[in-house]
Amino acid sequence: MQNDLSHYKEILVKGIWRENPVAYQVLGICSALAVTVKMSTALVMSIALTLVAAFSGLIISSLRHLIPSNIRIIVELTVIASLVIVTDQILQAYLYDISKQLSIFVGLIITNCIILGRAEAFALANNPADSFVDGIANGLGYSMILMAVAFFRELLGSGQFFGISVIPQFVYDMGFQDMGIMVLAPGAFFIIGLLVWLKNSLPGGISHEKK
Amino acid sequence: MGDLLSLFVNSVFIGNILLAYFLGICSFIAVSKTIETATGLGLAVIFVLTVTSPVNWLIYHGLLAPGALAWAGFPEMDLSFLKYITFIAVIAAIVQAVEMVIDRYSPLLYASLGVFLPLIAVNCAILGTSLFMVERNHTFVESVVFGAGSGTGWMLAIVSMAAIRKKVRYADVPAGLDGFGFIMIIAGLMAMTFMMFSGITL
Repeated sequence: MQNDLSHYKEILVKGIWRENPVAYQVLGICSALAVTVKMSTALVMSIALTLVAAFSGLIISSLRHLIPSNIRIIVELTVIASLVIVTDQILQAYLYDISKQLSIFVGLIITNCIILGRAEAFALANNPADSFVDGIANGLGYSMILMAVAFFRELLGSGQFFGISVIPQFVYDMGFQDMGIMVLAPGAFFIIGLLVWLKNSLPGGISHEKK
Repeated sequence: MGDLLSLFVNSVFIGNILLAYFLGICSFIAVSKTIETATGLGLAVIFVLTVTSPVNWLIYHGLLAPGALAWAGFPEMDLSFLKYITFIAVIAAIVQAVEMVIDRYSPLLYASLGVFLPLIAVNCAILGTSLFMVERNHTFVESVVFGAGSGTGWMLAIVSMAAIRKKVRYADVPAGLDGFGFIMIIAGLMAMTFMMFSGITL
């Protein structure tokens, strides 16, 4: 049992930190940056993606001996798309406002490189339990970056934290202004660039291949 | 006509699918090492987008949209939740066809694009354009123009990025920022530049 636990811990650490899907493998930021203007949308997107990653890993890994290798991409996409449809319907039913703000980006979880990448690289070669944990690990790794980007964008761009104003009025009276660029597209690129720089400079961070 | 031109210019510059909506970034980073492959992939993306967007429009408005099945006697039917799975299947099929054509007529380009050609199928820009087309209630002609415009904007962005990366290849970038982080900063600056176009009205 002890062995089992350390085995799962290993998978988790790898997904969340050492081989973080966004910062290390450069995957999955495609549909993500657009939802980081606010913490609340980023959180919902993170949860949705983590669940889809975990369950697609579980399902694809359970089916791995049955899937013919030449049509595996289609099968994987079908599994993922079905999970995304379920997620989208749940969001529309219970979190309608946020699902409107997320607009097409919930649907784009289908083409999120992390999900398909993990299905290809991990779920096809490992047992269902490991794949489920791996999906959660990579989902959390992605969520971590997403929440960090959203934190800076919402704080600097509109002075808020989960929609609550946190910068006191007297700071504005002294001449502080919200940085409009943070709520626009360039802000997201800058923040993620700086975060990757930070991660690579910390101990254990791996510096990237040369351009 | 003016509306269509305006839609085209808008989707190339102001609402650039890559720099304003962050779609298709994975291949944007991975394939922008040389200008030739960036151009090749850009052309493939333009083609796939211009074809998939109207095909998906026809399928959506003929079969999936609420009330679309009235002609078959099911006016109450709303299959729009199936749009994700349908769109991705259409896109995968068209990409497969493009792959075979390129392999047949330009093996060199085929080899240099490598794994990124099949990955067009899961390029968020392609699926995103089809989903935007539904969300923004485009007409059939608008969906063609929007597809072509988004593709052109994507190609413009990736070719510019390849050109910039060629120029900064020997630049002395701080360790740790080198690579992915640096590309993100460049992309941010490019996004700022593209935003300058937003004052233009046609």
